[in-house]
Amino acid sequence: MTRRFAIVLALLCLWAVPALAAEPLKIGAVVSATGPASALGEPEKNTLEMVRDALNAKGGVAGRQIELIIYDDESDVSKAVLAAEKLLKKDRVAAIVGPTTTGNTLAIAAKMAESKVPMVSMASAEKIVKPVNPWVFKVAPSDRHAVARLLKHAKAQGYKKLAILTVSDGYGQAGREVLKEMIPAAGMELAADEIFGPKDTDMTAQLTKIKDIAPDAVICWGTNPGPAQVARNRAQLGMKTPLYMSHGVASKKFIELAGEAAEGVMLPAGHLIVAAQLPDGQPQKAQLLAYTKDYKDRFKADVSTFGGHGWDGLMVVAKAVEMAGSDKPEAIREALEKIKAFPGVGGVFTFSPEEHNGLDENAFEMVVIQGGDWKILK
Amino acid sequence: MLAGAPQYLVSGLTVGATYGLTALGFTMIFNTTGIINFAQGEFVMLGGMLSVAFLKAGAPLPAAVLLAVMVTALAGALIERGVIRPVGRSAAVNLVIITIGVSILVRGAVMLLWGKDAFAMPAFTGAKPLMLLGAAVQPQSIWVLSITLVILAALKLFYSRSIHGKAMLACACERKAAQLMGISVERMAMLSFALSGFVGAAGGAILAPITLTSYDVGIMLGLKGFAACILGGLGNPFGAAAGGLILGVLESFGAGFISSAYKDAFAFIVLLVLLFAKPTGLFGGPRSDRV
Repeated sequence: MTRRFAIVLALLCLWAVPALAAEPLKIGAVVSATGPASALGEPEKNTLEMVRDALNAKGGVAGRQIELIIYDDESDVSKAVLAAEKLLKKDRVAAIVGPTTTGNTLAIAAKMAESKVPMVSMASAEKIVKPVNPWVFKVAPSDRHAVARLLKHAKAQGYKKLAILTVSDGYGQAGREVLKEMIPAAGMELAADEIFGPKDTDMTAQLTKIKDIAPDAVICWGTNPGPAQVARNRAQLGMKTPLYMSHGVASKKFIELAGEAAEGVMLPAGHLIVAAQLPDGQPQKAQLLAYTKDYKDRFKADVSTFGGHGWDGLMVVAKAVEMAGSDKPEAIREALEKIKAFPGVGGVFTFSPEEHNGLDENAFEMVVIQGGDWKILK
Repeated sequence: MLAGAPQYLVSGLTVGATYGLTALGFTMIFNTTGIINFAQGEFVMLGGMLSVAFLKAGAPLPAAVLLAVMVTALAGALIERGVIRPVGRSAAVNLVIITIGVSILVRGAVMLLWGKDAFAMPAFTGAKPLMLLGAAVQPQSIWVLSITLVILAALKLFYSRSIHGKAMLACACERKAAQLMGISVERMAMLSFALSGFVGAAGGAILAPITLTSYDVGIMLGLKGFAACILGGLGNPFGAAAGGLILGVLESFGAGFISSAYKDAFAFIVLLVLLFAKPTGLFGGPRSDRV
């Protein structure tokens, strides 16, 4: 009896060997699921899990199931460094997706080169990929792309004199630097350079000053709630100067906060929020609609650009593994640089050894707020 | 360049009115108990956030504001009864630390209840600006300024005419003597916390339609209100209100004429300079004359 059992067991083992041979593919992720950056990190984490399940249900990547190891860095730099350390030394992952924020990404970047494991960051700052660190990629578009798209629109309108109003936090100041560089470069005049604090509740003084200068348009760079207050103050002052905002306010919350004052505000935004309005031939459209539906069904919440970064981060890694046909970090890194015209949520990615963001101004669409919703500007 | 001046004045007065109302709250509690209540900014935040919450629950605007103000006044009284009174006659610094703790607790509770997002509140009577001497004045600014004035006048009457007001002043003047005269010092302290909750919340509720509100607006408002208080002379209600208005206008002019990057700094620089020149504040007499 025991012998027969042993034989059956041995046979079973033999039968199961090929299946066992394909060990799961280990991919690490560092996200700010809690803490101040949780509004960004939470949808990213949700999306990563969703993408993993979808890929595994389809049979995995290159015939192997994905084992995703997610650590929460609590929006804290030192916790992000510890998490990366653990992923590299203990879990021995083939690649890392994340972190969520620029500061955390930069803190880890040096480690990736040391351990020779590729990382695909979900943070936006340009300095993550400039100068190029061979092991560091990012999927979030840079401010430069958003500004380029915005200025292209402003130029087409014939605007010459622009005023900028930026928030004095990291996001606003990075945007301010790019605006100050690109406005003159585009042949336009920077007529006013005003600043407001992230906690300020009244920007009428700055707007009044701008009103006196009478620029052709105002560009406000910040994330909620400051810009909503700027839009409200502009309406309260009865200003008719066209108002541009950054992609940092491309969420329904901005429209809710600014109310009627949001009407007519223009901004460069990722294609996700206007997916349904895209022409049918647009390469991302099907992807965006599917992602929106899946996310809504599973998490009962609206999609956000940040969740989109999670989709892009894991999918480009999966794509690279497939292209390389290997889980060797070096092979994945090389394959990442060969990805061409890959339609993701944030844009259509084309990486190269010199270009580790893979996006350009076409990642953005100019939209205007009309009737409390986003409309693509023609 | 000067064309913006009327606008800066209007904006400054509007924001300054809230600093003033916050400062008034500080003064009321200080006058009765000798405590600087650092949860004062949280009263202002509660005024705004509770109004939004009641509005969302379906209450009409005036009822929502009234309810928010009442609930905050009640919260003020509860804070006195719950955490200040049990500590009794301990050193003022301990009581101040308790109020800081309370402010963190209140902020945390509001964050857990309604999240970290900012909220908008509709204006009382439309948002169409009126043009006045080249300045756009929102109807809500007029509400803010007139309600502030009404509250000030009511307080003046309360302190000079009503028996409770006089009793509160007596507690401030000489606690022991007041007690011997049959005034319940504890009840007066509770009343002053409730009143300052009322005044702070009123400030928060009337300003929310202009500035948006969120769980953490109280920190900066509390700080500015405290500065206004010092500017006007600690312990002087009218100095506090005037200090708030002056602070608001200074900020607005500073941002408009000099640079918006240092908006928060101007007020504090002026405050420091003034304190070197006149340590009792603009309207503060010698300490013994406080009442």
